[in-house]
Amino acid sequence: MEDVVPIKKVSMEDRLYNWRLRLNIWQGNLTDLLTQLWHHPLAMLGGIVLLAYVVLALLAPHITVYDPSRGNLRERLTPPVWEEGGTWDHPLGTDAQGRDLLTRILHGSRVSLAVGFLSVGISALIGTALGALCGFFGGWLDNIISRFADLLLSFPYLIFAIGMMAFLGPGFTNLVLALTFKSWVEFFRLVRGAMLSEKTQEYVEAARVSGQGALAIITQETLPNIIQSVFVLATLRMGFLIIMEASLSFLGLGLPARIPAWGSMVSAGRDYLLVAWWVSTLPGIAILVLVLAINLFGEGLRDILDPRLKVE
Amino acid sequence: MRLLKIVERILVMIPIVIGVAVIVFLFMRLMPGDPVDIMMGQGGAVSAGEAARLREEFNLDKPLRVQLGIFLSDLLRGDLGYSYIQKRPVVSLISERLPATIELALGALIVGLAVAVPVGIISAVKQNSWIDRLSMAGAFLGISMPGFWLGIVLLLLFSVSLNLLPVQGRLSQTVSLQNITGFYVLDSLLTGNWAALRSSLRHLVLPSITLGLPMAAVVARVLRSSMLETLRTDYVTLARAKGAPETGVVLRHALRNALIPTVTVVGLQVGVLLGGNMIVETVFGWPGLGRTVVESIFNRDFPLVQGAVMMYAFIFVLTNLIVDIIYTYLNPKIQM
Repeated sequence: MEDVVPIKKVSMEDRLYNWRLRLNIWQGNLTDLLTQLWHHPLAMLGGIVLLAYVVLALLAPHITVYDPSRGNLRERLTPPVWEEGGTWDHPLGTDAQGRDLLTRILHGSRVSLAVGFLSVGISALIGTALGALCGFFGGWLDNIISRFADLLLSFPYLIFAIGMMAFLGPGFTNLVLALTFKSWVEFFRLVRGAMLSEKTQEYVEAARVSGQGALAIITQETLPNIIQSVFVLATLRMGFLIIMEASLSFLGLGLPARIPAWGSMVSAGRDYLLVAWWVSTLPGIAILVLVLAINLFGEGLRDILDPRLKVE
Repeated sequence: MRLLKIVERILVMIPIVIGVAVIVFLFMRLMPGDPVDIMMGQGGAVSAGEAARLREEFNLDKPLRVQLGIFLSDLLRGDLGYSYIQKRPVVSLISERLPATIELALGALIVGLAVAVPVGIISAVKQNSWIDRLSMAGAFLGISMPGFWLGIVLLLLFSVSLNLLPVQGRLSQTVSLQNITGFYVLDSLLTGNWAALRSSLRHLVLPSITLGLPMAAVVARVLRSSMLETLRTDYVTLARAKGAPETGVVLRHALRNALIPTVTVVGLQVGVLLGGNMIVETVFGWPGLGRTVVESIFNRDFPLVQGAVMMYAFIFVLTNLIVDIIYTYLNPKIQM
């Protein structure tokens, strides 16, 4: 771009003013968003339930008096309080090793939420960064990364994750790695596509003419227009990734067995289906409600922020 | 013309399959643990000479590049390697288990489509009615539900509480069946073995529902929304104005075009179906490829895992090819 001559150097004051302006807009947007959420009861409900899960997960060790990994064998397979033989000591009953199910479900939420937030966050970060660069610059790097993305897409998701966990072995980092290794592609494709159309817009041309560098244009001009879709996709993907995590744990390919995760709890209860239905079913309900809440919130967010993505 | 495009598609598939193979190979070789140690068991009671001989036999003494070359050329000849644990070629192990998996996937596909297509059509035609709201709430529940949990709840309900359906496996132990194709439903039809047919269908019900319902949820949502779109088009209005019967308008004019985006989603769902397979086969003790993979992961039988993962990826690429072909026939505007 030799024909483009910077008109004037942007001073520090201009920059500060710029950021103050931006902050105002963001604040306005946030207030708008909250108002709109308020008028979207299902999204509100989802948001509140999700928030409740987060709070409960954070406070888990302070809520219950039991150790999630230590049980009392004399109390094994105690039914929940509403069943015959249940007591308030163990409101949701106990598992085969006499461990309090409520405690374990509360602690399990920490695993699901941590894995969910982390893998979605990392995927969104990697996918957005690569998508923005590839969409904006194109060229050989775009070619290579796009081909690699296509290749990853030719693996069914769960099979890919199972294969990776088989080779990596159980563990938190490996779990996040296995889930992230493929899910960044979704963000990559979204951002790359959006970037391809954004960069032909006049405001990008204007920014170029005014002497902004490519990186500044990407981060300050185009990305703010794309980031809403990224948020929507991130919310919608998080529920899916939590189910994936639970599925891996169910197969015994998630975290080491001593850490309570919902999927492995459901799996452990399978041997006692005949005598103790609650051991398997209740952790599953915890997953279902959480994912339902996230999806409700995500679809509400999509209706508000990015109606173009809506399928209905 | 069409044939040429199909051939082109198949040619495009080749680099994808090779890429998949390379990734699988690299994962396999870069993971910690010596295959020979695994083969000999944890005891390690093998002489150094014996270990070296085995290493040579499986080409593990050669550099990685050479190993990759050998792996790929074996693959071209349909050789997926040798299971150290089961002491048999991987290909024969896979081909033994594959019919069970395909039978289950087809069952799930039938359940999924049988639920999704009518639900999608009715919800669109009667948009915002109670039946639409109810089905879409159900579909929303379906996409938020972990498959393994649905399987366990169905087991609890129909097998444990009501005692209506079998808990595990593909066939009752009291029934014998001559194995011809490995597809039990087909085999019992071929041999006219009605007891076996009844038994294998009964075993198929719950796993198919478990695998099929989440897929039905996704497909019904997409079909409904694309039906809503096509029902609003001018050609549908025209057909109505001509006085064509409503059923004909819905099925012939609207549905045909609404199927185009739906077919794509069904194709992608096949991938979900294949992954869910491993879960459902584990829940219902279904002796298919998915359970084999899970078991061989715990046995550290990596050649078998590698071969099966390759097989899954191959089936997935193949189904997407088939979907592409169906797609062109549905939509003459697209010449692929």
